[in-house]
Amino acid sequence: MSEPRPVIPVVVWPGSNDDRDAQLALERLGADAPRVWHTDESLPRGTAAVVLPGGFSYGDYLRCGAIARFSPALRAVEAFAAGGGLVLGICNGFQILTEAGLLPGALRPNESLSFVCRDVALVVERADTPFTSRCNPGHELTIPVKHGDGCWFADDELLAHLESTQQLALRYADGANPNGAVANVAGVLNADGNVFGLMPHPEHAVEPLLGSADGALILGSLVDAARLSLAVGV
Amino acid sequence: MRATVLVRPKPGILDPQGQAVESSLRHLGFDVGEARIGRLVDVELSTDDADEARAQLERMCEQLLTNPLIESYQIEVEAA
Repeated sequence: MSEPRPVIPVVVWPGSNDDRDAQLALERLGADAPRVWHTDESLPRGTAAVVLPGGFSYGDYLRCGAIARFSPALRAVEAFAAGGGLVLGICNGFQILTEAGLLPGALRPNESLSFVCRDVALVVERADTPFTSRCNPGHELTIPVKHGDGCWFADDELLAHLESTQQLALRYADGANPNGAVANVAGVLNADGNVFGLMPHPEHAVEPLLGSADGALILGSLVDAARLSLAVGV
Repeated sequence: MRATVLVRPKPGILDPQGQAVESSLRHLGFDVGEARIGRLVDVELSTDDADEARAQLERMCEQLLTNPLIESYQIEVEAA
């Protein structure tokens, strides 16, 4: 008997451009990943997790993610997250989640002012999350980044709080910070641990031929958690 | 009536654009300290009541025009 395929929709905004890679990666990892249009007011039946992909939603005018935050599909994602649903935001998806207040901090233009597009070394700080369960704590991953606005910021007070609650689940390895993010932060969890955002692109690293398959550890963890939520009927 | 919203990076926020401009100004021989780069938004409002305009602009800033974690704002309503 084959394992059940959890439904993990990928939300698409005008300007999203990593939705098909995310879809392909999730489907290869055993999920059904329908794409959901930004005007849709609800998520597909049986949704077990949601992915917000990379790109430039609505052109990313004003601030990255600032406008996508008000889209009907994001309202549905907010309601899903409020009920404990698993939400993963990648790059622009991460920016949207911070603008919506679902994740702490903000993403600012890279310190270098240059768009960065290359593999980076990451360190997994937490392996006890639905997004990193296939990793080990301290596990070093190689996953590409490609962004102009990936400099995660939190003021000292917020940073200290997030350190104490262990929400800073993924960091750039020492010397590998590509954008000037404070405390080398590459990915952040919400307080309840069901929403995660990261700047690197796991969906671009699921095939050794393309340089790394480490992204499959992140997306595979999500598929595992989504499948588990089906099994227990959450 | 017309109004202008000035949006600035808060003190302490890294502003690489401001740093690049600051350094260029020095290269041109200007004796400058820090330069910071923000954004301005000109808005046309249908109301002619300055207080009402200001109240609406405050809400616009809170909901969309600024991210309060990293930006501060200043509202200037054009004199009637």
